[in-house]
Amino acid sequence: MTGRARLVLAALMSHWRRRPLQLAMLLAGIMLATALWSGVQAVNAEARASYAEAADRLGTGTLDRLEPAPGAVLTTADFVALRRAGWIVSPLVEGRLRAGEGRVALLGIEPATRVALGPAEGGAVAEGDLLAFITPPGLGFADAEVIRELEGADLGGLTVAPREGLPPDTLVVDVGIAQRLLNLGERLTALVVAPEQPPGLAPLEQVAPHLLRKAPQDRADPEALTGSFHLNLTAFALLSFIVGLFITQSAVGLAFEQRRQVVRTLRALGVPLAEVLGVMAAELAILALVAGLAGILLGWAVAAALMPGVAATLSGLYGAEVSGALALRPVWVLSGLGMALAGAGLAGARGLLRTARMPLLAAGQARPWAVAAARGLRRQVLGAGALALALPLCLAWGGLVGGFAALACGLLAAALLLPVVLDAGLRWLAGRVRGVLAQWFVADTRQQSGGLSLALMALMLALAANIGVGTMVGSFRSTFLGWLDQRLVAELYVNARTEPEARAIRDWLAPQVDAILPIWSAEVPLRGQPGRVFGVVDHPTYRDHWPILRARPGAWNEVARGTGVLVNEQLFRRAGLSLGDSLDLPGGALPVVGVYSDYGNPSPQAIIGQDLFDARFPEAPRLNQAVRVDPDRAAALAEALRDRFDLPGSAVTDQAQVKAVSLRIFERTFSVTAALNVLTLGVAGIALLTGLLTLASMRLPQLAPVWAAGLTRRRLARLELARTLALAAATALYAVPVGLGLAWMLLAVINVEAFGWRLPMQISPELIARLGVAALATALAAGALPALRLARITPSQLLRVFADER
Amino acid sequence: MSSGKAEVVSARGIVKAFPSAAGPVAVLNGVDLALRGGESLAVTGESGSGKSTLLHLIGGLDVTDGGALAVLGTDLRTADDRARAALRRERIGMIFQQFNLIPSLTVAANLAFQARLAGRHDPARVAALAGALGLSQLMGRYPEQLSGGQQQRVAIGRALAGQPPLVLADEPTGNLDEATGDAVAALMLDLVRQQDTTLVLVTHSLRLAALCDRQVHLHAGRLA
Repeated sequence: MTGRARLVLAALMSHWRRRPLQLAMLLAGIMLATALWSGVQAVNAEARASYAEAADRLGTGTLDRLEPAPGAVLTTADFVALRRAGWIVSPLVEGRLRAGEGRVALLGIEPATRVALGPAEGGAVAEGDLLAFITPPGLGFADAEVIRELEGADLGGLTVAPREGLPPDTLVVDVGIAQRLLNLGERLTALVVAPEQPPGLAPLEQVAPHLLRKAPQDRADPEALTGSFHLNLTAFALLSFIVGLFITQSAVGLAFEQRRQVVRTLRALGVPLAEVLGVMAAELAILALVAGLAGILLGWAVAAALMPGVAATLSGLYGAEVSGALALRPVWVLSGLGMALAGAGLAGARGLLRTARMPLLAAGQARPWAVAAARGLRRQVLGAGALALALPLCLAWGGLVGGFAALACGLLAAALLLPVVLDAGLRWLAGRVRGVLAQWFVADTRQQSGGLSLALMALMLALAANIGVGTMVGSFRSTFLGWLDQRLVAELYVNARTEPEARAIRDWLAPQVDAILPIWSAEVPLRGQPGRVFGVVDHPTYRDHWPILRARPGAWNEVARGTGVLVNEQLFRRAGLSLGDSLDLPGGALPVVGVYSDYGNPSPQAIIGQDLFDARFPEAPRLNQAVRVDPDRAAALAEALRDRFDLPGSAVTDQAQVKAVSLRIFERTFSVTAALNVLTLGVAGIALLTGLLTLASMRLPQLAPVWAAGLTRRRLARLELARTLALAAATALYAVPVGLGLAWMLLAVINVEAFGWRLPMQISPELIARLGVAALATALAAGALPALRLARITPSQLLRVFADER
Repeated sequence: MSSGKAEVVSARGIVKAFPSAAGPVAVLNGVDLALRGGESLAVTGESGSGKSTLLHLIGGLDVTDGGALAVLGTDLRTADDRARAALRRERIGMIFQQFNLIPSLTVAANLAFQARLAGRHDPARVAALAGALGLSQLMGRYPEQLSGGQQQRVAIGRALAGQPPLVLADEPTGNLDEATGDAVAALMLDLVRQQDTTLVLVTHSLRLAALCDRQVHLHAGRLA
């Protein structure tokens, strides 16, 4: 930068020294926008890194696996046979282990053969630990968090030692120990295949024809499953970013207006226009970098606060394990700085353009915002119209991205129309109010609404997002509760550790209860997606309560006879099925006879009759069952079961416990969304404060004559506050239909795309009323300081409006 | 007057019109003007007669529609925006009716501003100018803390601090009361003469015009 450019920069930046509050608002805008964006990006980056790390550590990342074909079983004998045939494979056992109320992932490996697969694979076990690792009761490794969770769990004498760098929420043990802990007998989950195999091997079809070789891309990918969740977070972050940008735009726009005369003077004194523009852009970049760095630090704090909730959500909803801790990743730091620069550039572009077009010799008065905003109204209508036209195109484009793009179009169109609607409303009101003060109040509000339009748009977006997401979550919650009531009809749920134990439990229970309903399932690909098939016995529990959405007459009879299959809504919608369509299953296709709602997971599921299930999936584990019994006897029976079979407390759960756990998972799932909602509203509040504070300095010429005409400063301050509240109330009113439209889009478009289910919308007047109060409180908080400053302004400051020296 | 000195401003048949709803309105309609180094010229005329327009054209703030105009050897018909900016920055001092100080800079920083832009900053000279203009005690203040007369003295100091060969003053006393205006004008002319600087002064005031070496009257777009 030349000395002259530095001088010009110093002259321009000296503006901020005289207006520290305005500078603080500008920095706050960029900082908040960057913080929320980079915070969510940090969460996403951490989650993705966890998926990748887990995939690598489990040998699922880059290596092929041998897995049993549907209905078949993989055992230690297969491993031995393949090794004898020369195949370089390593056995793997994967499962979930109960630890207190939660579960941890259990990973069984065979250290000797895993070393052959690469350094990372055998890295968990050091040479000195090898003997203890493979010798019962065994030595396991986990991170400190998992060790804490496992305290008190019955691990059959297993010692668990801390080890860094393991997949999150995972206990790593020897494969034999894992089989024992999971009661799998000789069964294995998979065999990991080394990429380099000796030449002349006997083909897999010959050695183990019941095994399938799967490449990494054929398997369920947690990143794909959780993609919609991360997209949802990103959409929220983008919304917050836009709201933050409104603050920046507000402060930058004002700074450009206030410095028009300085720019003219600089040019009159011989500074070329290009240099003025270059220096202004450099000034903005410097401010954006400073605020962006602060935003990234704040984003780090936001991410650290959100991360445990996100980890719980991903684990509860998708079974994807993500560390609750946060690591510094360059990706999101750079993305945050990039967004800060891009955002500041976007906010300053209009000012720079106007500076470039500003005639050198025009009058030197700062142009009132109201005038500029009034001229922009027509353009805003045109912009809103274009966005409204783009909305159906985005919907037609389809997919989750199309859905979010349609949402963005709708929200931005509504935001652009807000100042137009407010102006029209005030114009209408102006012709109807009586009394000189009321007329002045309305006229002045109309003039000021232009200057506040960006802040009001930010408030409207935040309120609409709150109403939309709140309505969506509320609808989901009440539907989910109803669904839980339908799905969790049985009084007790019993999980046995072994099949003999399960048989013994059933035998013991049979004479004492009304019914025992097996909950047995097998993992099966359904229409190309990893899914699960359940068997059900023919019982009124299902016929009377199961949450059927649509079914052929006599559907349950067909299921019981083994001539029909029920599918969950997500499979039905994603596969584009119709009733009567055929669904491929191991052992032969069956016609779809009904659809049921399933809000417990995003994966496809199907239900067939128990007899058919037994015939087609003889090797499926038969451990879990539901028990129908007189509700008054349930607690005593549960206690007796635990005593009789020495079952851990968590093996026998009653309906209320399962519902409570399900609800807890549900609440955690939306805790992150709720936190982002509150943050967005907070940012909108700051946007309003920024707008009011920056406008306050320009309002004196409008207020001084009214003061001189006989209104006290205190009364003027009250009127200013009333004006802010009135504008906020009108904005909140406008946000209601926008928010409900957003809720509809979330329920009818986004949820269907993301999860495969569609929920009925349930409007909550209480939620809307609460947010209306929140909007007024936000406006009150934002309007209080400028009003207070006006009430305390000195007469000399007001008189300067009339003085020549001004 | 120093007739042997080089020509600082040379204008031949300058034409300038501004667009209006009723079509272009001619403001200058063939203005001829020649000004030599060290000369002071007062341009008078009614409101809207084109006085300020002529000054803006000489300062390269605007461009002529026709005629020939050279200032300090620069042909302003052909000079681009960058060249005109360089001329103003390095060789012309400008004084405005509205003072046009940079409100966020102190008096000291405003005084030195154009000299620093031109790369000719001399702190001793700025201090001497401040003393001569009666601003020494006000150097740490901001423009809004000054009276109109004080602000205009800062503007005069800013224009002269870089010792430009040409100063253009547009109604420099128009915003001041009579007594203050007279004092400021006398100070300005005194300093201009001390520096042997050429001055073009646009004013309504015949009394102020009389203090200059030459006077021209602009009427119907022509000099009389």
